[in-house]
Amino acid sequence: MRREEMESKGDETLMMMDAAQMNNQKPQEEFFNVNYLRIYYGKTPLSLSLFLIIITFDLLVQTSQLLLNAGNLFPYSDIHKWLSYGHDGKHPGCDEYYFGRREFSFTLENDVYLRYKSFKNASSIEDAIKSTFPYKIDIGAVYSVDPDKRHAYSQTGTNVFTPVERELVFDIDITDYDDVRYCCSGADVCSKCWPLMTVAIKLIHTSLTDDFGFKHILWVFSGRRGVHCWVCDPKARRMTNEQRSAVAEYFRVYKGNENNARKVALMGYSLHPFLARSYVDFLKGFFEGELQATQSIFSSKDKYDKILGMISDEDIQSELREKWENSGRSSLSEEAISLVRWDQLKNTLQSKKHKAPTLRMCVEEIVFTFTYPRIDLEVSKHMNHLLKAPFCVHPKTGRVCVPIDPNNCDEFDPLAVPTLSQLIEEINSGGSRMDVDDDDDSDRCLLGKSIKFFRSSFLEPLLKSCKEK
Amino acid sequence: MEVIRSQKRTASNDVVSNPKIPLYLTAPQMEVRLEEFELFAIDRLRVLKGVSDGLARGKNPKEMDEVVNTLWKENMRHSDASEMVNKDIISHFVLRLVYCRSDELKKWFLSMETALFRHRFRLQNLEAQRAIVGEFGLPYKAVTGAELESLKERLGQVVRSLGQISPSVEAVYYKVPFEEVPDLVAGRRVLIQKGYAFVAGSQLVSLVVTQFRSHISKALILTNRKWTTTIREREKDRLTPIVEALSTTYLGPDYSQSSEYADISLKDIDQVSKSSFPLCMRHLFEKLREDHHLKHGGRMQLGLFLKGVGLKLDDALAFWRAEFSKKVGSERFDKEYAYGIRHNYGKEGKRTDYTPYACQKIISSAPGAGDHHGCPYRHFSEDNLRAALGRMGLSSRGMEDVMDKVRNKHYQLACTLTFEAVYGTSCDAGINHPNQYFEESQKILKSKTPAAPV
Repeated sequence: MRREEMESKGDETLMMMDAAQMNNQKPQEEFFNVNYLRIYYGKTPLSLSLFLIIITFDLLVQTSQLLLNAGNLFPYSDIHKWLSYGHDGKHPGCDEYYFGRREFSFTLENDVYLRYKSFKNASSIEDAIKSTFPYKIDIGAVYSVDPDKRHAYSQTGTNVFTPVERELVFDIDITDYDDVRYCCSGADVCSKCWPLMTVAIKLIHTSLTDDFGFKHILWVFSGRRGVHCWVCDPKARRMTNEQRSAVAEYFRVYKGNENNARKVALMGYSLHPFLARSYVDFLKGFFEGELQATQSIFSSKDKYDKILGMISDEDIQSELREKWENSGRSSLSEEAISLVRWDQLKNTLQSKKHKAPTLRMCVEEIVFTFTYPRIDLEVSKHMNHLLKAPFCVHPKTGRVCVPIDPNNCDEFDPLAVPTLSQLIEEINSGGSRMDVDDDDDSDRCLLGKSIKFFRSSFLEPLLKSCKEK
Repeated sequence: MEVIRSQKRTASNDVVSNPKIPLYLTAPQMEVRLEEFELFAIDRLRVLKGVSDGLARGKNPKEMDEVVNTLWKENMRHSDASEMVNKDIISHFVLRLVYCRSDELKKWFLSMETALFRHRFRLQNLEAQRAIVGEFGLPYKAVTGAELESLKERLGQVVRSLGQISPSVEAVYYKVPFEEVPDLVAGRRVLIQKGYAFVAGSQLVSLVVTQFRSHISKALILTNRKWTTTIREREKDRLTPIVEALSTTYLGPDYSQSSEYADISLKDIDQVSKSSFPLCMRHLFEKLREDHHLKHGGRMQLGLFLKGVGLKLDDALAFWRAEFSKKVGSERFDKEYAYGIRHNYGKEGKRTDYTPYACQKIISSAPGAGDHHGCPYRHFSEDNLRAALGRMGLSSRGMEDVMDKVRNKHYQLACTLTFEAVYGTSCDAGINHPNQYFEESQKILKSKTPAAPV
């Protein structure tokens, strides 16, 4: 049987046709489109009779493999296992309706937004995704009753529709750093400013484990310009809005916008141990090293004026400004100039810091302004806030929202994350089995490493500890 | 609690034992005269209103301790100590009935009772405080010996970070799960390690206040249920009218319905923004015109204000669309922003007709990068504030008075002074709501030129 005959078999051969079309068309021209998305999420399984017809022809064993396994890259069962937290219905003390009380939201092709979706089990969520191919899938809270049926319950009395569990989540977006990064702005991100995210991950991860004692933490690339953090310990999931707000405020240092010049105000006579550790272990080194190299924050008048504006003493400002304006041409690189000026600033402040309480930790304030993580407080504060699911594909970049290893985040490169078109290309050229549920093959495909990491570093320890409860 | 007609009170077996501050854990088994029912409640309400005023004026904790002390003495005193305690308990439970009946009332009552408790607690000596902690039955262990030694340095750092130059690490610290002291965690006022916060004896307030708050919050829900199912109907000729009257007296207008002084249309809006908007709204309005965009906080603060000022939904949609289309296009506006505006007017979602923010809420907001909401008197740097006040037309002397208030953190007084300087009259009531500023301003302007539009 040749391709033309296959084509008359109808809808199930769409996969083959898409592959054929794509061989003629360069996938790189488009990062993201609905057809690629369909392959990523996988088509609904072939009907049994058609399957039997096909496999009677030996020649077609390979193509049937392709039909069965092409695409289907999204790790449905891993996500389901994660969000079930061990409530698999197979052992006592289990709540088999737990997964069904979780809210999901789908954003469809024409910006159609569907909230309060819920699913009984893994196959019903898989079916739903495979029939609608949402552009975006968000995960919400676990509610007291099935979100789908929420209208059946009144808003008062004992049976209220209200969130009962939700991971503690954080969202860090690089556009919140636009006032301190000079290489990009807005939605762009590059290798010069991404390190800000790396520092943020390390700092917050350390605090979550050492200070708060959390153990099951998942960091995920948001697909374009930021990172998300999911804290999944049972006690994290049961935190109230007030407690979440407290943790978010604990992490908050940067307070301000264009209406005030000194956006980081460190009061008191020393830093709180959390801030001190963050400064010594992460921020100081980053500021004096990598940041100077990539952003050269002192090299032009506009840039250094911004920093001088953070010093709340006019005399010191003028002293330094004069020094720098008159420094003339120099054979030093931008980076070297920046370092020299930073040293001068530190020395001047060191000798003059007794002049006013606001100067006491001015050096640290500057470092914090440029490097300390800026989380989106609103995302963390409310249990009912929805957040994008890991392994989704970002519609604007086509990149998959892959997990990031917090212990190796220096190596993470947002511009090397597999895109949808690269994944499709891999299916076409490789011909290797893309069956995500088969461990042996996971190293051979682009997404394999990420899924393996998700399982071994996050999912398995999590499920193990759920069983122990 | 049983309410009876004028009769001498029989010996009551109140639940009060030792603690100077009752915890209101259970309704007292005693008889109350009908007159006392209302009078006690009114006295306590005066205290709560005083607390609310103090907080709105930005008083610091020490000042609030004084405020509460004075208010309590003036309103809740009784020559007989046990009568005093009875009045305390009775008045609290009566007000629970009054304030359980809506979310907004509940929120206010909870905040004020918690604040009242907090400051009464702070006024007690250490021993009395420990007794109260014990009453709550909190099982926190004190940290001593080797463990305390190993933490000493970092505990000292915490104390220094809070402004005490010589780190006097206290003798007693309690090891408490961090979830139980959210406000200490939020303010980085404690050392946290492996999920535990190390709370100093002097910080015990936070622990108990959280417990107190949580208990009252749950109690209000139960009270509401009882009220709606049985009490309201049963008492419709006796207590219900008293209860219903008590709540409306003290909360002040909420500006959710526009009055005769607040009914603007789109064509007037630019002019009116310059003549009658308070600084916070004027800033938001100008930024909107300049950037053709506002972030969420700004949209809420300005949008609800405009609703209170009388802008109808259709006009509001037109107004926001006209601005936002210049930046994001009208299609995107309809898709992403129109819903929010309709939501504010109670046309979407759970259809709550949201009320414009009062000063207290605006002052306590937290504008971040790219935001323009909040209270300029609090959130602007001195230079920016001076520039903005200059644009409002303040003289240099007027400005100094205002800046003086700002330095002392009396943000609403600063705004009031601005009002007085701009319109040349005095405002005795003090500004505590942006819509109040607007209405007062319109009143003055209209009385000067009755015919012309202002």
